[in-house]
Amino acid sequence: MASSRPLSPHLSVWKWRVHAITSITHRITGNGLAFVGLALFAWWLAAAATSKEAYETFLSVATSPFGWLVWVGLSWFFFQHLLSGIRHLLMDTGWGYELGVAKASATWTFVGSVLLTALFWGAVLFGRGAF
Amino acid sequence: MATKFQSASGLKQVRGLGSAKSGVHHWWLQRVTAVGTFALALWFIASLILLPSLDHGSVVAWIGQPLVAVPLLLLTVSVFWHARLGSQVLIEDYVHSEGLKLLAVVALNFFNLGVGAIAVFSIARIAFGA
Repeated sequence: MASSRPLSPHLSVWKWRVHAITSITHRITGNGLAFVGLALFAWWLAAAATSKEAYETFLSVATSPFGWLVWVGLSWFFFQHLLSGIRHLLMDTGWGYELGVAKASATWTFVGSVLLTALFWGAVLFGRGAF
Repeated sequence: MATKFQSASGLKQVRGLGSAKSGVHHWWLQRVTAVGTFALALWFIASLILLPSLDHGSVVAWIGQPLVAVPLLLLTVSVFWHARLGSQVLIEDYVHSEGLKLLAVVALNFFNLGVGAIAVFSIARIAFGA
Protein backbone atom coordinates (compact mmCIF):
# COMPACT_ATOMS: atom_id res chain seq x y z
CA MET A 1 0.00 0.00 0.00
CA ALA A 2 1.65 3.25 -1.14
CA SER A 3 1.68 5.99 1.45
CA SER A 4 3.23 9.40 1.67
CA ARG A 5 3.30 9.24 5.45
CA PRO A 6 6.81 9.71 6.89
CA LEU A 7 8.53 6.50 7.99
CA SER A 8 11.20 5.93 10.58
CA PRO A 9 14.46 5.60 8.59
CA HIS A 10 15.82 2.78 10.73
CA LEU A 11 12.90 0.32 10.94
CA SER A 12 14.94 -2.22 8.95
CA VAL A 13 18.02 -1.92 11.17
CA TRP A 14 17.62 -4.46 13.95
CA LYS A 15 18.79 -7.89 15.06
CA TRP A 16 17.31 -10.88 16.81
CA ARG A 17 17.53 -10.70 20.60
CA VAL A 18 16.01 -13.14 23.07
CA HIS A 19 13.16 -10.69 23.85
CA ALA A 20 12.14 -10.64 20.18
CA ILE A 21 12.30 -14.43 20.00
CA THR A 22 10.13 -14.73 23.14
CA SER A 23 7.63 -12.31 21.61
CA ILE A 24 7.23 -14.05 18.25
CA THR A 25 7.27 -17.44 19.99
CA HIS A 26 4.35 -16.28 22.16
CA ARG A 27 2.40 -15.57 18.97
CA ILE A 28 3.39 -18.81 17.21
CA THR A 29 2.68 -21.03 20.24
CA GLY A 30 -0.62 -19.23 20.93
CA ASN A 31 -1.91 -19.68 17.42
CA GLY A 32 -0.61 -23.25 17.20
CA LEU A 33 -2.58 -24.04 20.35
CA ALA A 34 -5.60 -22.06 19.08
CA PHE A 35 -5.91 -24.08 15.88
CA VAL A 36 -4.19 -27.48 16.31
CA GLY A 37 -4.55 -27.73 20.08
CA LEU A 38 -8.22 -26.75 20.29
CA ALA A 39 -9.20 -28.87 17.26
CA LEU A 40 -7.63 -31.93 18.94
CA PHE A 41 -9.26 -30.99 22.28
CA ALA A 42 -12.68 -30.91 20.57
CA TRP A 43 -11.98 -34.16 18.70
CA TRP A 44 -11.02 -35.87 21.98
CA LEU A 45 -14.27 -34.70 23.66
CA ALA A 46 -16.46 -35.48 20.63
CA ALA A 47 -14.94 -38.95 20.30
CA ALA A 48 -15.53 -39.64 24.02
CA ALA A 49 -19.14 -38.42 23.70
CA THR A 50 -19.84 -40.42 20.52
CA SER A 51 -18.84 -44.04 21.14
CA LYS A 52 -16.14 -46.41 22.30
CA GLU A 53 -15.23 -47.05 18.63
CA ALA A 54 -14.89 -43.33 17.84
CA TYR A 55 -12.69 -42.99 20.92
CA GLU A 56 -10.52 -45.93 19.80
CA THR A 57 -10.01 -44.19 16.45
CA PHE A 58 -8.89 -41.06 18.29
CA LEU A 59 -6.53 -43.07 20.50
CA SER A 60 -4.97 -44.92 17.57
CA VAL A 61 -4.08 -41.60 15.91
CA ALA A 62 -3.10 -39.97 19.22
CA THR A 63 -0.70 -42.79 20.14
CA SER A 64 0.90 -43.13 16.70
CA PRO A 65 4.53 -41.89 16.44
CA PHE A 66 3.30 -38.70 14.74
CA GLY A 67 0.63 -38.34 17.41
CA TRP A 68 3.24 -38.49 20.17
CA LEU A 69 5.32 -35.88 18.36
CA VAL A 70 2.27 -33.58 18.23
CA TRP A 71 1.53 -34.05 21.98
CA VAL A 72 5.12 -33.33 22.98
CA GLY A 73 5.13 -30.27 20.71
CA LEU A 74 1.77 -29.01 21.97
CA SER A 75 2.77 -29.53 25.62
CA TRP A 76 5.89 -27.41 25.07
CA PHE A 77 3.77 -24.84 23.19
CA PHE A 78 1.41 -24.73 26.18
CA PHE A 79 4.09 -24.23 28.84
CA GLN A 80 6.00 -21.72 26.70
CA HIS A 81 2.81 -19.70 26.03
CA LEU A 82 1.90 -19.96 29.72
CA LEU A 83 5.24 -18.54 30.88
CA SER A 84 5.54 -15.81 28.24
CA GLY A 85 1.88 -15.01 28.99
CA ILE A 86 2.66 -14.58 32.70
CA ARG A 87 5.55 -12.32 31.61
CA HIS A 88 3.04 -10.32 29.53
CA LEU A 89 0.70 -9.90 32.51
CA LEU A 90 3.59 -8.85 34.77
CA MET A 91 4.76 -6.31 32.19
CA ASP A 92 1.16 -5.02 31.96
CA THR A 93 1.61 -3.93 35.58
CA GLY A 94 4.76 -1.99 34.65
CA TRP A 95 7.18 -4.63 35.93
CA GLY A 96 10.31 -5.76 34.11
CA TYR A 97 11.15 -3.07 31.56
CA GLU A 98 14.75 -2.61 32.78
CA LEU A 99 17.08 -4.03 30.11
CA GLY A 100 18.58 -6.73 32.33
CA VAL A 101 15.25 -7.84 33.82
CA ALA A 102 13.51 -7.93 30.41
CA LYS A 103 16.32 -10.04 28.96
CA ALA A 104 16.45 -12.40 31.95
CA SER A 105 12.66 -12.91 32.04
CA ALA A 106 12.58 -13.55 28.29
CA THR A 107 15.34 -16.16 28.64
CA TRP A 108 13.68 -17.81 31.63
CA THR A 109 10.45 -18.44 29.71
CA PHE A 110 12.41 -20.87 27.52
CA VAL A 111 14.30 -22.53 30.38
CA GLY A 112 11.08 -22.84 32.36
CA SER A 113 8.98 -24.21 29.51
CA VAL A 114 11.52 -26.96 28.73
CA LEU A 115 11.68 -27.89 32.43
CA LEU A 116 7.87 -27.91 32.81
CA THR A 117 7.46 -30.00 29.65
CA ALA A 118 9.99 -32.52 30.97
CA LEU A 119 8.27 -32.54 34.38
CA PHE A 120 4.87 -33.07 32.75
CA TRP A 121 6.01 -36.05 30.67
CA GLY A 122 7.99 -37.40 33.60
CA ALA A 123 4.81 -37.30 35.70
CA VAL A 124 2.77 -38.99 32.95
CA LEU A 125 5.30 -41.73 32.15
CA PHE A 126 6.46 -42.46 35.71
CA GLY A 127 3.04 -41.91 37.26
CA ARG A 128 0.77 -43.83 34.91
CA GLY A 129 3.38 -45.38 32.67
CA ALA A 130 1.16 -44.97 29.61
CA PHE A 131 -1.05 -42.61 27.68
CA MET B 1 -10.79 32.44 32.13
CA ALA B 2 -10.07 28.82 33.00
CA THR B 3 -8.15 26.78 30.45
CA LYS B 4 -10.18 23.94 29.01
CA PHE B 5 -8.47 20.57 29.57
CA GLN B 6 -7.87 18.81 26.28
CA SER B 7 -6.58 15.25 26.62
CA ALA B 8 -4.78 13.51 23.76
CA SER B 9 -7.40 10.76 23.84
CA GLY B 10 -10.67 12.39 24.77
CA LEU B 11 -13.40 10.53 26.57
CA LYS B 12 -15.38 10.14 23.34
CA GLN B 13 -12.51 8.12 21.82
CA VAL B 14 -12.19 5.88 24.85
CA ARG B 15 -15.97 5.42 24.92
CA GLY B 16 -15.91 3.77 21.52
CA LEU B 17 -15.54 6.50 18.93
CA GLY B 18 -11.78 6.10 18.45
CA SER B 19 -10.16 4.31 15.53
CA ALA B 20 -10.48 0.92 17.23
CA LYS B 21 -14.21 1.57 17.86
CA SER B 22 -14.21 -0.42 21.04
CA GLY B 23 -11.44 1.09 23.12
CA VAL B 24 -9.64 -1.34 25.39
CA HIS B 25 -12.42 -3.97 25.43
CA HIS B 26 -10.52 -6.52 23.29
CA TRP B 27 -7.29 -5.98 25.23
CA TRP B 28 -9.04 -6.35 28.59
CA LEU B 29 -10.97 -9.52 27.65
CA GLN B 30 -7.71 -11.04 26.37
CA ARG B 31 -6.31 -10.59 29.89
CA VAL B 32 -9.43 -11.79 31.72
CA THR B 33 -9.66 -14.96 29.61
CA ALA B 34 -5.89 -15.46 30.01
CA VAL B 35 -6.22 -15.59 33.79
CA GLY B 36 -9.31 -17.84 33.60
CA THR B 37 -7.61 -20.19 31.16
CA PHE B 38 -4.43 -20.20 33.26
CA ALA B 39 -6.19 -21.49 36.37
CA LEU B 40 -8.50 -23.96 34.61
CA ALA B 41 -5.83 -25.31 32.25
CA LEU B 42 -3.53 -26.10 35.18
CA TRP B 43 -6.41 -28.00 36.81
CA PHE B 44 -7.04 -29.82 33.51
CA ILE B 45 -3.36 -30.76 33.00
CA ALA B 46 -3.02 -31.95 36.61
CA SER B 47 -6.20 -34.02 36.21
CA LEU B 48 -4.89 -35.63 33.02
CA ILE B 49 -1.72 -36.65 34.88
CA LEU B 50 -3.65 -37.99 37.88
CA LEU B 51 -6.31 -39.96 35.97
CA PRO B 52 -5.53 -43.69 36.30
CA SER B 53 -6.19 -44.20 32.59
CA LEU B 54 -7.25 -42.22 29.54
CA ASP B 55 -9.31 -45.07 28.05
CA HIS B 56 -12.94 -44.46 27.05
CA GLY B 57 -14.53 -45.66 30.29
CA SER B 58 -12.25 -43.62 32.56
CA VAL B 59 -12.61 -40.41 30.54
CA VAL B 60 -16.41 -40.63 30.29
CA ALA B 61 -16.71 -41.45 34.01
CA TRP B 62 -14.44 -38.51 34.85
CA ILE B 63 -16.27 -35.94 32.67
CA GLY B 64 -19.62 -37.28 33.91
CA GLN B 65 -19.04 -35.84 37.38
CA PRO B 66 -20.63 -32.38 37.90
CA LEU B 67 -17.48 -31.04 39.57
CA VAL B 68 -15.53 -31.98 36.45
CA ALA B 69 -18.08 -31.10 33.77
CA VAL B 70 -18.62 -27.55 35.06
CA PRO B 71 -14.94 -26.49 35.26
CA LEU B 72 -14.32 -28.26 31.94
CA LEU B 73 -17.14 -26.19 30.36
CA LEU B 74 -15.71 -23.01 31.90
CA LEU B 75 -12.25 -23.92 30.56
CA THR B 76 -13.74 -24.51 27.10
CA VAL B 77 -15.48 -21.12 27.02
CA SER B 78 -12.44 -19.30 28.41
CA VAL B 79 -9.83 -20.93 26.18
CA PHE B 80 -11.87 -20.69 22.95
CA TRP B 81 -12.67 -17.04 23.67
CA HIS B 82 -8.98 -16.34 24.45
CA ALA B 83 -7.91 -18.12 21.25
CA ARG B 84 -10.40 -16.17 19.12
CA LEU B 85 -9.15 -12.84 20.46
CA GLY B 86 -5.50 -13.82 19.96
CA SER B 87 -5.88 -15.16 16.43
CA GLN B 88 -7.85 -12.05 15.47
CA VAL B 89 -4.79 -9.94 16.34
CA LEU B 90 -2.63 -12.26 14.20
CA ILE B 91 -4.95 -11.66 11.23
CA GLU B 92 -5.15 -7.91 11.82
CA ASP B 93 -1.35 -7.64 11.97
CA TYR B 94 -0.52 -9.66 8.86
CA VAL B 95 -3.50 -9.39 6.47
CA HIS B 96 -3.31 -5.89 5.04
CA SER B 97 -6.13 -5.87 2.49
CA GLU B 98 -9.31 -4.72 4.23
CA GLY B 99 -11.56 -7.16 2.36
CA LEU B 100 -9.38 -10.20 3.00
CA LYS B 101 -8.93 -9.15 6.62
CA LEU B 102 -12.70 -8.98 7.12
CA LEU B 103 -13.18 -12.39 5.46
CA ALA B 104 -10.40 -13.95 7.53
CA VAL B 105 -11.80 -12.62 10.81
CA VAL B 106 -15.30 -13.89 9.91
CA ALA B 107 -13.83 -17.30 8.97
CA LEU B 108 -11.93 -17.34 12.27
CA ASN B 109 -15.15 -16.64 14.18
CA PHE B 110 -17.00 -19.43 12.37
CA PHE B 111 -14.15 -21.90 12.98
CA ASN B 112 -13.73 -20.91 16.63
CA LEU B 113 -17.45 -20.95 17.50
CA GLY B 114 -18.03 -24.13 15.49
CA VAL B 115 -15.24 -26.14 17.12
CA GLY B 116 -16.08 -24.61 20.51
CA ALA B 117 -19.73 -25.65 20.13
CA ILE B 118 -18.65 -29.24 19.37
CA ALA B 119 -16.57 -29.25 22.57
CA VAL B 120 -19.38 -27.77 24.72
CA PHE B 121 -22.00 -30.13 23.27
CA SER B 122 -19.74 -33.16 23.82
CA ILE B 123 -19.13 -32.29 27.48
CA ALA B 124 -22.87 -31.74 28.01
CA ARG B 125 -23.74 -35.03 26.29
CA ILE B 126 -21.35 -36.97 28.52
CA ALA B 127 -22.43 -35.08 31.65
CA PHE B 128 -26.14 -35.70 31.00
CA GLY B 129 -25.39 -39.35 30.42
CA ALA B 130 -26.38 -39.84 26.78
